[in-house]
Amino acid sequence: MKFPIFLDNHSTTPMDPRVLEAMLPYFIEKFGNAASRNHTFGWEAEEAVDTARKQIARLIKADPKEIVFTSGATESDNLALKGVLEMYKEKGNHIITATTEHRAVLDTAKSLEAKGLATVTYLSVDKQGTVNPQDVRNAITDKTVLISMMLANNEIGTINPVQEIGKIAKEKGVLFHCDATQGIGKIPVDVQAMGIDLMSFSAHKLYGPKGIGALYVRKKNPRVRIAAQMDGGGHERGMRSGTLAVPLIVGFGKACELCEQEMPTESARLVKMRDRLQTGIMAALEETYLNGHPTNRLPGNLNISFAYVEGESLLMGMKEIALSSGSACTSATLEPSYVLRALGVGTELAHSSIRFGIGRFNTDEEIDYAIKKVIEIVTKLREMSPLYEMAKEGVDLKSVQWAAH
Amino acid sequence: MAYSDKVVDHFNNPRNMGSFKKDDEDVGTGMVGAPECGDVMKLQIKVQNDTIVDAKFKTFGCGSAIASSSLATEWLKGKTLEEAQKIKNTDIVQELNLPPVKIHCSVLAEDAIKAALADYQKKAENK
Repeated sequence: MKFPIFLDNHSTTPMDPRVLEAMLPYFIEKFGNAASRNHTFGWEAEEAVDTARKQIARLIKADPKEIVFTSGATESDNLALKGVLEMYKEKGNHIITATTEHRAVLDTAKSLEAKGLATVTYLSVDKQGTVNPQDVRNAITDKTVLISMMLANNEIGTINPVQEIGKIAKEKGVLFHCDATQGIGKIPVDVQAMGIDLMSFSAHKLYGPKGIGALYVRKKNPRVRIAAQMDGGGHERGMRSGTLAVPLIVGFGKACELCEQEMPTESARLVKMRDRLQTGIMAALEETYLNGHPTNRLPGNLNISFAYVEGESLLMGMKEIALSSGSACTSATLEPSYVLRALGVGTELAHSSIRFGIGRFNTDEEIDYAIKKVIEIVTKLREMSPLYEMAKEGVDLKSVQWAAH
Repeated sequence: MAYSDKVVDHFNNPRNMGSFKKDDEDVGTGMVGAPECGDVMKLQIKVQNDTIVDAKFKTFGCGSAIASSSLATEWLKGKTLEEAQKIKNTDIVQELNLPPVKIHCSVLAEDAIKAALADYQKKAENK
């Protein structure tokens, strides 16, 4: 086993060696600018980009011409929201999204609100983090131009009823943007069947390089138009100017191709490992709570709250395993996870949560080690916890008057 | 965010972790913080002849919070009640090299010390 063990595959993933291999020729030998029309350097770069477009489009059942390259999912989210609002402002300026969306969507929506360019409805989710399609339907007005709902949540792994939302969007003539960053490559995605008009995703979540992402922009039924946010040269059919990052794009394409090939066996394997981790931990420890949907969640995702112990101290006690927590102490802003709060988990349990992200390169041995370590550190910290002590004495913690400062 | 060696040491080898009986007349208990904030510290002192002869802590919180309260118990042992009142959170920050974002952990530890002292004082007055 190699330490530290990486079990934080929702934050990023290691690049697949096969992806690196595909990329290398494009740094030093085939280094041309894909927009150079007049020599072989340009032509071979363009050819590589075309191949990547096909590989990416195949993974999501889209047309290669519908792929717009960006610097990542954050840029794609910005491009989708700002691009649509600008282009369709005659129709209206209302966006419908949810409280559990990624910051890249929420902050962009807030920015548009602050500039007076949009009004936004933030739908709440149920206890397992799922958006109710009926709520989406009820929120639509004649000024709604965009619905933005993620495919799967990065913290709790819950998968949204995207197909139903897509149907409602189609029925009401509203564009549907889906931030699919966490779901692509892990679960099957079909932009036709799901009625998706715009979709954001990035390479580094699926064993590809960091720094490259895409926005799927539908060309037919309906033809979606967006106002470019990056001007200068008109690349990507005028939707996103800037010289294409050919090596990264090649890597992105290869990563998508590998996901398409390996997804059936890989997701089965990840589910098995995740279930083993879940059972191993929750059977051995009392007062552990699963956050997110019990079954309708991403294959490798697990998010558990451990009552009476705090997340950052848990991580500190397992330094040889890379994980993440919803605790305030681990966030730059000292705010506990807004996703867990949106579930109604309660701030105390939000502080006590750990997110596990199992990926392609994790082994059963690593899972067993993690189970052992988690049990060890939770037990140790509960010994150290005044809350655990009080609970064991039969004190109802909810009734205590805390002397918070 | 790398932790200072001292914080890691206190985390791995906490000093004086545990509990005294709250109702003992020579014990003062301070409980501060709140679960919603992610920080709760329980600090206890055992006093004889106005001197703290023993101290114990239990903490729900991050590594810096655990280290701050563990350090507090170390410093409290052997001090008189008057000397203990003088312990400042800035001393804890300095000793543990706490970064700005963790300073509030040391403040909570100071609050816990003062709460334990006040609790003992109240008990002593009621005797």
